[in-house]
Amino acid sequence: MMQQHFKAWMSWLFPTFLGIFVFILIWSGVSTATEGKIPTPFVTWDAAVNLFSDPFYDNGPNDMGIGWNIMYSLGRVALGFSLAALVGIPLGFWIGRSLFASRSFNPIISLLRPVSPLAWLPLGLLIFNSTHLAAIWVIFISSIWPMIINTAVGVSRVPQDYMNVAKVLRLNEWQILTKIMLPAVLPYLLTGVRLAIGVAWLVIVAAEMLTGGIGIGFWVWDEWNNLNVPHILVAIIVIGLIGLMLEAGLVWLAQRFSYGE
Amino acid sequence: MNLDKFVSLENVDKTFHTKSGDFTALKDVNISIKQGEFVSIIGHSGCGKSTVLNIIAGLYGPSEGVALCADKEIAGPGPERAVVFQNHSLLPWLTVYENVMLAVNSVFANSKSKAEKDEWVKHNLKLVHMDHAMHKRPNEISGGMKQRVGIARALSMQPKVLLMDEPFGALDALTRAHLQDELMKICAAINTTVVMVTHDVDEAVLLSDKIVMMTNGPAATVGEVLSVNLDRPRNRLALANDAEYLRCRQAVLTFLYDKHRKEH
Ligand SMILES: Nc1ncnc2c1ncn2[C@@H]1O[C@H](COP(=O)(O)OP(=O)(O)O)[C@@H](O)[C@H]1O
Ligand SMILES: [Mg+2]
Repeated sequence: MMQQHFKAWMSWLFPTFLGIFVFILIWSGVSTATEGKIPTPFVTWDAAVNLFSDPFYDNGPNDMGIGWNIMYSLGRVALGFSLAALVGIPLGFWIGRSLFASRSFNPIISLLRPVSPLAWLPLGLLIFNSTHLAAIWVIFISSIWPMIINTAVGVSRVPQDYMNVAKVLRLNEWQILTKIMLPAVLPYLLTGVRLAIGVAWLVIVAAEMLTGGIGIGFWVWDEWNNLNVPHILVAIIVIGLIGLMLEAGLVWLAQRFSYGE
Repeated sequence: MNLDKFVSLENVDKTFHTKSGDFTALKDVNISIKQGEFVSIIGHSGCGKSTVLNIIAGLYGPSEGVALCADKEIAGPGPERAVVFQNHSLLPWLTVYENVMLAVNSVFANSKSKAEKDEWVKHNLKLVHMDHAMHKRPNEISGGMKQRVGIARALSMQPKVLLMDEPFGALDALTRAHLQDELMKICAAINTTVVMVTHDVDEAVLLSDKIVMMTNGPAATVGEVLSVNLDRPRNRLALANDAEYLRCRQAVLTFLYDKHRKEH
């Protein structure tokens, strides 16, 4: 019994560590080949330890710890993302329930959805006159599509049987929404949210490089100007880890709200 | 009130407007059901049994003719004509208790106190022997149990008519027999009017006072109506050699497999 447990664990642990080990090996190789232009894993590790020993120092707006930069980026994502949810989810419900709405919105959505998120940045700068708001605007516009589309699909797939139950019980609109539609749509909605937050986190780094200010994206750009390559590598790994955690958190949430037949 | 025509369909046609044109499923259907009667609708699959039931439920309106219940035209679905759906249709995010409570809350919103509602939900779950699994979700109970809960939910609405669309169709033979026996007990206890769709000849004869046999579609209609003159309570073992039981069984089989055989 114990041994089996150990075996199962090893069959997971071993390949994982092997993967990381090979990755670090290749990284070291690249580092040697570039004569240290790409810093070694050890140098990067030292830089990370250094950075995270005091992540929240504050020497004025141009020199803040990496922790602050991450918090600012997450803040922008949270804001743009929440606004997108606030607009996108009700819109998705409407499109899913009404053929009229679906016919009027679908062409526009199909046209605008494939546009690269950063193409919206100039418009944001123009309208809001603020780089900070423009970055939030880009997050809003890039994360709204998956939320609208997945919510609408979820609504249109609410089984007719459930709607028949609602009719026989003569549930009112509010009860239909809270007792039937919302729970039935929730798994789809969470898929939309997960896709949206993935996009948002991808986009914020790029947007901040362009808008400047405090944020992990501009931080990377700043370190590039300082030619501090170890910091750039640390940032890449940190961005990856945060993306991973956002994703994992939402997968966990989605599992909590998925119902068997 | 006309008790002999508690529920009735009069010259009902039903045409569906589909993408590939109009499809007349029912043509000139006449059915009348007495108060307290147990009526089965039997016919080959696709003939329009569910359509008839859905018209009585008010989920579909007839294209021609009228559907009446208690002398009033059926204008839409409502709890006085509760439906037990073929695939149970319990809401998977609610527990067994909550599923029934949803119905009770909606039907007795103002006429029962909170404690009375709770009492009534539990009473109906007890009736179908599901009170032990009150706090389970539908995916944690068997198919037969789900169907019991579906019945409890329908009964909890205190319907004038209980409508059932192949309620035991998806169950294994043993579970089905068990639930049929229990349904007979429940019906004897509350003396409600029942309309049940089935394609199982034995089920129809065992449970019904009257069997409505439908011809094959399209433009299906009522072919024959058979009265089952068997005393209640009925016992499936004792009936196996009963002359009336065998006569009815034979009549339905002849209708389905001789007069209205389905080719394919
Ligand atoms: N909503 C609908 N739209 C179009 N055709 C339908 C609809 N409901 C049923 N039908 C058609 O009507 C006929 C009878 O269906 P139904 O009443 O479900 O049969 P049964 O319950 O006897 O198997 C079938 O041919 C079916 O395809
Ligand atoms: Mg059917």
